[in-house]
Amino acid sequence: MRKVFHFFYQVIQKLLIGPPIYYAWVLFLLTLIGIGLWAYGYQFREGLAITGMTDQVSWGLYIGNFTYLVGIAAAAVLLIIPAYIYDFGPIKEITILGEVLAISALLMCMLFVTLDLGHPARIWHLFPFIGTPNFPVSLLTWDILVVNGYLFINIGISTYLLAMIYLGKKETKWLYMPLVLASIPWAVAIHTVTAYLYNALGARPFWNTAILAPRFLASAFCSGPSLSIIIFQLIRKFTKFKVKDAALFKIAEMVCIAMGINFLLLGAEVFKELYTDTWHKAPIVYLFAGLHGYSGLVKWTWLALSFNLLGFLLFLIPATRKNFISLNLACILIVVGVWFEKGMGFILPGFVPTPLGEIYEYWPKMMEVLISVGVWGIGLLFYTLALKIVIPIETGDMRVLGASPVSATEHEFLKSSSRNKKLVTQSSIRSV
Amino acid sequence: MKKEYENDMTRRKFLKGAGIASASLALGGCGVGEELFQSDSFDEFFQSHFTEMSPEEIKKVRTRLQKQYKKKYGREFVLGTEPAYPNVLFAYGLDISRCIGCRRCVYACVQENNTSRRPQIQWIRVLRFKKGTLNFEESDHYYEAGMNPQEGYYYVPMQCQQCENSPCEKVCPTKATWKEPDGIVVIDYNWCVGCRYCIASCPYWARRFNYAEPEIPTEELNPNTHYLGNRPRMRGVVEKCTFCIQRVRKGRYPACVEACPVGARKFGNILDPESEISLVLKNQRVFRLKEDLNTQTKFYYFFSI
Repeated sequence: MRKVFHFFYQVIQKLLIGPPIYYAWVLFLLTLIGIGLWAYGYQFREGLAITGMTDQVSWGLYIGNFTYLVGIAAAAVLLIIPAYIYDFGPIKEITILGEVLAISALLMCMLFVTLDLGHPARIWHLFPFIGTPNFPVSLLTWDILVVNGYLFINIGISTYLLAMIYLGKKETKWLYMPLVLASIPWAVAIHTVTAYLYNALGARPFWNTAILAPRFLASAFCSGPSLSIIIFQLIRKFTKFKVKDAALFKIAEMVCIAMGINFLLLGAEVFKELYTDTWHKAPIVYLFAGLHGYSGLVKWTWLALSFNLLGFLLFLIPATRKNFISLNLACILIVVGVWFEKGMGFILPGFVPTPLGEIYEYWPKMMEVLISVGVWGIGLLFYTLALKIVIPIETGDMRVLGASPVSATEHEFLKSSSRNKKLVTQSSIRSV
Repeated sequence: MKKEYENDMTRRKFLKGAGIASASLALGGCGVGEELFQSDSFDEFFQSHFTEMSPEEIKKVRTRLQKQYKKKYGREFVLGTEPAYPNVLFAYGLDISRCIGCRRCVYACVQENNTSRRPQIQWIRVLRFKKGTLNFEESDHYYEAGMNPQEGYYYVPMQCQQCENSPCEKVCPTKATWKEPDGIVVIDYNWCVGCRYCIASCPYWARRFNYAEPEIPTEELNPNTHYLGNRPRMRGVVEKCTFCIQRVRKGRYPACVEACPVGARKFGNILDPESEISLVLKNQRVFRLKEDLNTQTKFYYFFSI
């Protein structure tokens, strides 16, 4: 019992005490969240009419953010594959961090979808036994299933491993390895199912294309890891946790390949629509050139495309990939570029033109933006607070009552095979 | 669904009771509860899916809603829950040769179906095409309507096509929309969560969402309603044409059919070989829109001249 109290004491201590930058960051996020909550109160009272959505464009910023964040969550698996399957030591250490990022992203996903509903209180209608979920016919029910399943898998793996490190116990491989192995196809599943949500609609030819699911996966595997590269450098800078350069460069290589595939698929799309030249080309024409005088998304489309292209090149060339200034620039470019490509640049053209040929140009209203920023604030705050506990556990600072702080790399799961041992033992952990 | 409802009813009754008890304890005053649950009462919040209600529950819901409408609008409402007639499958015929684009059907529908006036919701949309093309991208939805059709154009009114293989029924995550035995695709407005997946899925852009609380002047209300049709809706739910289910299940025509001054609209029971619609299907050169999507709609267009 004392140990439990000591654990909570340590948690509160870790959450409340930190360097000035921690306070500044948390305060900033709390401000964003506060504004978001105020704006949401307004939406709750007035309804979704405060957004820019109409019957013509019935999904907008909220669902765009949801789609993007499912990709970020799925990308955590990109770290698991090399860590556990290819036994690449430097990445094993940061896998838990990737999983916590996935949990934060999934939290934001669920928030975005819920606040996009006309009747969020009726969400129980979707649950089995008490509601009437249209399973297995409706893709939305599949999405709920796989997203929640992925959430529990990530929570399961990370809390188990962290508990073992915290308690100084040796982890039982057969307890967590099945979850780890399951999480790989599951991560592919969450993003494929999300893609299928859109893919399923014959009414929307822009989405009803076979390459949609592969393209979703490719862009997810660019944006998530790019975000991770930036986050890991911040962690390296502000905490005692040492992330090796080799790990970051390995992730960067994978982003490069994923972006290459993404461009391949974009090219396939563009060829099919523009060469065959049927009426179905309308949404792509709307994106890149404007349609019947409506060109609201054109400059954003070209901007996002240039960001992605420049990012891809910076990732491709070894010199710029291994230089941290150009690498970070590339990461930011990809994170922003894919946000547009998968968010607004994906959702909106599905509705332009409508099935009856009408064009309505949606643009998010101020309250919508404030609410979305608030949700991002919640996700980032959760991630920050989680890391504030996770990292001390991983570095060995936070141990169960009675245990002495030890190097986390003593743990079995963090050890790689002998061929990578040299890289592992090179890690240095500054003392308290 | 109905045969399983008894098991679900015990389970649901328990959960409902537990839910109501805890919710009441948690929230105290009903004012806060109503706001938070976006519902006029706890009973409404916890009511079941319409197809899973026992006859007693339907009766209770009916009484409750009638009381609610009386309180809110100050008028006595008839809230029908008539099931489908056996051996009836409704279909619609639209004679494009006759349509003059006057839009009387649009307004008759608004009047009949208690759709919101502010913001304005219209279930029927009339498209004006230039003669020679059926390219929707080239259509005009906002032309100046009058009693004279404009030279060189033709008009195609569109509303819910009541698909046999409907995409909206497929994608709805809560089964809030489904096809009734007489072919009408209906919505249980108290079950819809407002995710708008069905709106994205509809190839005919037939469905509308109540982004705001619907506003209807009380003197313009139509008190003859059906639970699955034209009863007043609330904010946050989807709605659409139901072939005037409140009328057709009592042997009347949909309002749009009656309103059309030139007789462009035909309606009836496709299973009755003597009905007007059966004669239309037999004798006219009928076609359906976006047939390649395999929606198997019940809305047949034709040119009688």
